[in-house]
Amino acid sequence: MRRLTWFNTTSLTLGFAFLYLPMVILIIYSFNESRLVTVWAGFSTKWYGELLQNQAFLDAALVTLKVGVASSTIATVLGTMAAYVLVRGGRFFGRTLFSGMIYAPLVMPEVITGLSLLLLFISIGLDRGMITIVLAHATFSMCYVSVVVSSRLVSFDKSLEEAALDLGCSAFEAFRLVTLPIIAPAVISGWLLALTLSLDDLVIASFVAGPSSTTLPIKIFSSVRLGVSPEINALSTILILIVAVGTISASLVTKRAVKRRQMEEKMAGD
Amino acid sequence: MNQPAPTAAFAPWEDAKAKPLISFQNVTKKFGDFTAIDNISIDIYEREFFALLGPSGCGKTTLMRMLGGFETPTMGKILIDGQDMANVPPNKRAVNMMFQSYALFPHLSVWDNIAFGLRRDKLPKDQIEARVEEMVKLVRLDKFARRKPHQISGGQRQRVALARSLAKAPKLLLLDEPLGALDKKLRQDTQFELMDIQEKTGTTFVIVTHDQEEAMTVASRIAVMDEGLLIQVDTPARIYETPNSVYVADFIGDVNLIEGNASPRGDGKTILHWAEGQPPLVAECPHAPDVEARCTFAIRPEKVTISKEKPTDRTNAIQGKIEDIAYLGNLSTYSVLLANGTRVKAQTANNRRLSRRELTWEDDVWLSWTETAGIVLDK
Repeated sequence: MRRLTWFNTTSLTLGFAFLYLPMVILIIYSFNESRLVTVWAGFSTKWYGELLQNQAFLDAALVTLKVGVASSTIATVLGTMAAYVLVRGGRFFGRTLFSGMIYAPLVMPEVITGLSLLLLFISIGLDRGMITIVLAHATFSMCYVSVVVSSRLVSFDKSLEEAALDLGCSAFEAFRLVTLPIIAPAVISGWLLALTLSLDDLVIASFVAGPSSTTLPIKIFSSVRLGVSPEINALSTILILIVAVGTISASLVTKRAVKRRQMEEKMAGD
Repeated sequence: MNQPAPTAAFAPWEDAKAKPLISFQNVTKKFGDFTAIDNISIDIYEREFFALLGPSGCGKTTLMRMLGGFETPTMGKILIDGQDMANVPPNKRAVNMMFQSYALFPHLSVWDNIAFGLRRDKLPKDQIEARVEEMVKLVRLDKFARRKPHQISGGQRQRVALARSLAKAPKLLLLDEPLGALDKKLRQDTQFELMDIQEKTGTTFVIVTHDQEEAMTVASRIAVMDEGLLIQVDTPARIYETPNSVYVADFIGDVNLIEGNASPRGDGKTILHWAEGQPPLVAECPHAPDVEARCTFAIRPEKVTISKEKPTDRTNAIQGKIEDIAYLGNLSTYSVLLANGTRVKAQTANNRRLSRRELTWEDDVWLSWTETAGIVLDK
């Protein structure tokens, strides 16, 4: 058994503090009685109550959610298709260029992506609103989806698809009935990643958003510029809670599935 | 009572009128600069159990994948049942394949795996159920039908793969190293099971293997391949007894190879001078060259008799010293060193108890064989 040395304890403490101290302070101050963010005046949940009364925040949250779901769904469909072509398509003409273009948004500064999308929407005369945010988010999150999905496809046994073809499937049926169900976990995590990216995005959204379509990050950012209100703390605490519950339950579910599978495989081998 | 007519041995390849089920006509396959298949022509007949045998990289898998429709020939034609297969995709062929990795669908149960192909044909539900039931019984997996592939053992998975590929009653079943992942005992049992199923269903089987024992056991004919070329196509017995080249003789089973100068004696027999100061070997062999040439004499260890006294009734007898004995239980193999440094193996059945046997290390012995025991090969 390895013991925690003085050095290990220190690095662990520093690491956790560095990562989570800001969030802990934010959560503590969300229960602050006082209107001043930096002065503690006793415990209260009143800012949570006020948050629920704030129609502007609720509207922004709804817009963010709609944009997130729509854009991540589009990104997942396009990203999965792109990944499939890149992994399975062999050496077609322009493959290197195509894969470069798919992965470019990963390294492209957001400001440039946002600006170029804005110019595109203006030049084709598309009014800025929810649709433009959805399109912009789908564009940049698609490459993340295709990275996740293609890494799964690389390790996917190609003979499974050949077996499906051999048993009478057309190429599309083989994808729908065999490939897709097997790579579904990767597709779902790609979707979740795209959703997170969309919920999180401020820079690109502020380029392409119209007056009627303020997303939550834009709303928070603009209200913080007028001074940090304890309501924002409450809102952020809720968001942290949602993310934490999601992440922890996802990892628990995966762990249990892996354990069960190992046990079944062991039993089958005997 | 009517006496049934004596059934002729199954040998459609010897019947000039028989129509082949599969016909490769001058097929060549290239991957870039690499020639995987080099101008091959073979006919395979209905109900055959045909083995493609060769070391890895010899092109046997490519040849089979072309039958399945996963590769297209660069040159030449492949006919199945008289129809040119050039533009027929895998899902439109009456051919099914059992994959080396089994390729079972991990998200479907054993039952659904077997039903997969039938469902694609849009058969009525009760027909599908009856057929799957039949298949599950055939491979004795009734108890495991509801399990997922990862919940059963390797041998059971192999049987699911077989049942799935047989479910659509294909004209032709392709098996890609089907028993590679099984241990020896299970592999032998499964070989007999495969033969049994092949006979029951009357399907034509084409099997790819690198295991010569497996090919000998299951196949009606074997095609020995090397570097994209077809070396010999024949029945297992003829491949073993009369290989057409040193490559085939060496690839199938154990063999002693002795090089020498061969010349025909005129009475259908060949004389082989193989070492100075040693009597020449005499062999009677149908395919021996009819001019003097550098040749290789090939003889199987079990056809070499080993004895302490010089035998009087055999033409070929040479003397040597026992260098090594490999005791295999049922057999013993003696490695005998000849005066010129050549090693010759002789194999005898151990039908006596160990203590009663008379030969041991360093003994001077005579090796002998008849004129028809070995063969002379010129390539």
